[in-house]
Amino acid sequence: MKIRGAEAVMQSLVQEKVETIFGYPGGAIMPIYDALYDFRDSVNHVLVRHEQGAIHAAQGFARTSGKVGVCFATSGPGATNLITGLADAMIDSTPVVCITGQVASHLLGTDAFQETDVIGISMPVTKWNIQVTRAEDISGAIARAFYIARSGRPGPVLVDITKDAQFGMVDFSYEPCTKIRSYQPTPVLDEQSLQEAAVLINQAKKPYILVGQGIFLSNAEKEILDFAEKTGIPVASTLLGLGSFPSDHPLYVGYLGMHGNYAPNVLTNECDVLIAIGMRFDDRVTGDVSRYAKQAKVIHIDIDKAELNKIIKAEVAIHADAKDALLKLSALVNQNEHPQWLQQFRDLEAVEKSEVVDEAVHPSSDQLKMAEVVNLLSEKTDGKAIIVTDVGQHQMISSRYYKYRGHRNNVTSGGLGTMGFGLPAAIGAKLGNPEQTVVAIIGDGGFQMTIQELGTILQSKVDIKILILNNNFLGMVRQWQQLFFDRRYSFTEIVNPNFTAIAKGYSIDALKIEERNQLDDALTTMLNSKGAFLLEVVVEQEENVFPMVETGASVSEIRLN
Amino acid sequence: METVYNISVFTENSIGILNRITIIFTRRHLNIESITASESEVKGVYRYTIVLKTDLDQVKKVVTQIEKQVEVLKAFFHSDDQVVHQEIALYKIATESFVNGSTEKIVREHHARILTVDKEFTIIEKTGQPEELQELFNELDTYGVLEFVRSGRVAISKPMKTLETYLKELEA
Repeated sequence: MKIRGAEAVMQSLVQEKVETIFGYPGGAIMPIYDALYDFRDSVNHVLVRHEQGAIHAAQGFARTSGKVGVCFATSGPGATNLITGLADAMIDSTPVVCITGQVASHLLGTDAFQETDVIGISMPVTKWNIQVTRAEDISGAIARAFYIARSGRPGPVLVDITKDAQFGMVDFSYEPCTKIRSYQPTPVLDEQSLQEAAVLINQAKKPYILVGQGIFLSNAEKEILDFAEKTGIPVASTLLGLGSFPSDHPLYVGYLGMHGNYAPNVLTNECDVLIAIGMRFDDRVTGDVSRYAKQAKVIHIDIDKAELNKIIKAEVAIHADAKDALLKLSALVNQNEHPQWLQQFRDLEAVEKSEVVDEAVHPSSDQLKMAEVVNLLSEKTDGKAIIVTDVGQHQMISSRYYKYRGHRNNVTSGGLGTMGFGLPAAIGAKLGNPEQTVVAIIGDGGFQMTIQELGTILQSKVDIKILILNNNFLGMVRQWQQLFFDRRYSFTEIVNPNFTAIAKGYSIDALKIEERNQLDDALTTMLNSKGAFLLEVVVEQEENVFPMVETGASVSEIRLN
Repeated sequence: METVYNISVFTENSIGILNRITIIFTRRHLNIESITASESEVKGVYRYTIVLKTDLDQVKKVVTQIEKQVEVLKAFFHSDDQVVHQEIALYKIATESFVNGSTEKIVREHHARILTVDKEFTIIEKTGQPEELQELFNELDTYGVLEFVRSGRVAISKPMKTLETYLKELEA
């Protein structure tokens, strides 16, 4: 029996076990929305308030659930509104499939109403994209899309379907895609390089492991733990890797990068063997590359061949899935301990504690500080809530002071640094993990970039806790203006609306606090609330995030104040 | 050190793959010296020859980025001494100058050939390397060249497994 192309889209998604879609209807995707109407019982479509919200929600869903996030948008502006999210998903390796409507194929290239060349526009920010102009090509395109999005180094994929293809009739059949000859997502492990790595590791006096999001993406949390425990090697994490190694483990030494911890940055330039797994040496991690771990022999394990030797030359480059490589490598390395080396981390950690952390977490000043809020939240949730952040100072504070102990419970916009990511991503995270507490920690600036998604929370009854750290500044830019632009605060002071009133306008319970003695109760109220809740915490206006590796500085030149 | 590299890319025949490849250059602010594309000896597999002036480190990264594209089967790079390369050039001159001048001698000396003689114009073809093509242009231009076009480089590498072998490996 023939069905419409639009129904073939829905049937294909069902075949891919899609249960949640974030989207927004419009002219060119109307046939698909019409087909969706018959799938209301099996597929939960979440109506967002802006397509950027749809893709960030799909990202939050994907990052926390390990499944592919799916979103729908119409042609033209609907499709272009996805671009920021595609770029974010691309750089942060997030599997997302976007389905966009397109004008009828005979109108392509004619500047038709709501026509835009979304294939051309999205090309640099998608792992793969395709335009479908015939109903019979829909299921094949969607099968490929899911396979490509989730395999190898995951990434976003866009399928653009013309309106006539949606209306066309087709005999539906679905064949999941398992192979594309020009695409080799699963590297063949090179035993020789594993042997070489094992020799380096076994001889090392000061070995050091850096983990990134690749640990989550390859489900290698147990394997990295086993590997580290067997070899006794200290482990530090990138921003996106936070939580992939338990933050309370004796071998865990902290968070890398520009606003990371003191010890893991400084000692990068003292280790003798650096084992980087599922991370890509982002410039926020390396600081000045020419003075990054020059003394060390680098072993780099990554599933993306293009990342190997891209930024840091590796003595041993292992093109592999992290889990496969760690399993094999664990068998080749010796049981070992490095107590003196580990002690070096602990000594520097004590310096950071006395010079930065103590004051941040238990401030002597009257005004509330961001770190004490996050620290208390971490204690109250035992490090196990899903924390979704936006971008800026609050993000760095969250990554520094939240003690991640959960599985995939850290969602943040890393590579792209997308303000406005937090609120919609938290919506997606909650829908992917209905049983878990989801807290969106957001600054007053970023909150207003996607504030319209409060409407999505209202309509779909999304139980997320929104924690606004309000300093009435675009704080990270202000910090840079203070430190590097002679305190010329060019357009970083921000006049804010009444956030609690806005929340209440969306029927979201809300509370605003300004005093330290209110904090504990307020966080408890927020966490215990039934349904969504917004807590606005007014924090010190001109607080700076330290430590900091300044632009152009080496990681070992990290400043504490 | 900047050197000329010949990048060979083998792709599936899909819309947009050329764009995906050129984006990799644009993003790094690299200028493509020349680019040619055609179907290869294997039906359905397209072959691009891209000439790029850059350093070794950069060309390595560009080629791995190209190969990372889903619809790219294989990508290689070779220096000039590892390939045999040619270009084709067409020259349009006025038939009058051809008849009256000594262009016939020039054509003969350069091992070029005449493709068309019209009442108004004559079209000359020469294959060779850019310098040779330019030399002929310079000599013809003393009589006036009306139009001149070069194809861009096609290149075949000296040491390389056959494409069929690679395809078999990919499909294994």
